[in-house]
Order: sequence, then C-alpha cells, then structure tokens
Amino acid sequence: MLDLSGRITLGEGSALLRSTIRELLEEKRFKILVNLGDINYIDSSGIGELVSAFTTVKNRGGELKLLHLTKKVHDLLQITKLYTVFEVHSDEVAALRSFDAAVA
Amino acid sequence: MADQKHLDVTLETQVESVNLAEEMCLRVAEAAGFDEDDCYRIGMSVREGVINAFHYGNQERPDKKIYLAVELTTDKMVIHVLDEGKGFKLEDVPNPLAEENLLSTSGRGIFLMRSFMDEFDVVSGRTGGAEIIMSKKLPGQNNHAPNGEGGQSAAPHQA
Repeated sequence: MLDLSGRITLGEGSALLRSTIRELLEEKRFKILVNLGDINYIDSSGIGELVSAFTTVKNRGGELKLLHLTKKVHDLLQITKLYTVFEVHSDEVAALRSFDAAVA
Repeated sequence: MADQKHLDVTLETQVESVNLAEEMCLRVAEAAGFDEDDCYRIGMSVREGVINAFHYGNQERPDKKIYLAVELTTDKMVIHVLDEGKGFKLEDVPNPLAEENLLSTSGRGIFLMRSFMDEFDVVSGRTGGAEIIMSKKLPGQNNHAPNGEGGQSAAPHQA
C-alpha cells in the first residue's frame, strides 16, 4: 500500500508519485493500493499522473487501485469521469482482499 | 468607479509561478468573502490557467512572461491569464470526457476551469498569445446562468 499525503500538483507532488510508482515496479510490486486519505488537493497535473500510474501498472500486468478518497478528490474524479476508470475502495481490508480475489 | 479593484502581476515562466498565482488569487477571493468551496474552485482555476500558460502557451520557455490580472467589480471577481504563445481556439481542445480521452494524461485544465467558474472564455490577447478570462460572481449575487447551467454543472462545449 502506498500512503500519500499533502497535494498532488504540478512539480513536486506529481514527480514524487511518478518516481515512487517506478520504484515499486522495479521491485516487481505490481499490485498497488494508493491511499489518498490524506490527499486534499489534486490539480490536472496530479490527475494526469494518477492516470499515467494506472496505465503504466496495467501495462506491466499489474493493478493500481485507490483507497479513501477525500470529498474534494472524489468530486474531482466524478466530474472528470475517472471514477469509472479507477477501482475505488473505502475499506482497506476489502481493498487488499480484492487483489487476492483477482488472482484466484 | 471606486468600487472596482484591480491587481496586475507579471509572472516568470516557471513552476513556482503556479503556486504564487494561486496564493495571490486565494487572498483576494477570501477578502472578497467567498466561502471555502468557492475559494478552492477559484484557486484551482487560477492554477490551471497558469499551468496552461506555462506549459502550452509559453512552452516552458523562461524568456516568456505570464500576465495575471484580477479585477473585483461590484458583482464578480474576474481573472485574466495571458501568455506569450501562439494562442489557441477553444473548439480545438479535445473533450477530456470522451471515451477515447479518458485515459489521457493531460488536457483536463480547460475543462476544470469551465466547471469551476461561472464564466469562461479564451481570446487572442495583446501579446498574440491566449488570454483566458474567467469570472465568479461575488457571494450574495444571483448565481443563475441564463441557460440554467453554470458552476459545477458546466461542461466543455463540443462542436
């Protein structure tokens, strides 16, 4: 599970997310649950970075899912229609189980 | 007349200008009495406008400038973001909600500004670059757009 906090915006936040995802993939960790519970701000650059992470992981045969969306992030994913793209969970245990279920 | 307030700032074409512009406009919005949600929408729109100028307009070239102007009229806060690029037409901007664009890693800035502000337009500015003009009605003003849309319900216009 990847716990993020603060803002995912142009510059540091987006770059940090990109490098972290790259490191996880290099470590052959292809099932990634991104906890956005402490993220209260994402701009279009951050959205783009999340989408990029999603497709990068998927192209490597893995899965990237989201956990604990704050209201602002939830609303942002709703209006951009990305809520239908990402698998979003509000329960950590259920989210982690969902990865196992996909393998079984 | 005396009711109108105006702020003009020239910003460098650098990432730091995005946060700077957002912070300045947030101060103005807070002082004008906008609530937390509207301040968020205004701040986000300014970010997106300056990101657009920084990246698409000025192509991240440090020799070019970004011009930010904020006006407080009697009924609304108006924000102008002007770049020194080649300009663009709104109708040429792909719809980020189209199925084929959903997984695009860019192209949502214009949509977000349109969604979060009451009025939004892009014109050819005095530099020849794109000038984004967007506004939000001041708290207490009638918030109904003529077509019943506006605020968060606004969607990109597609040909």
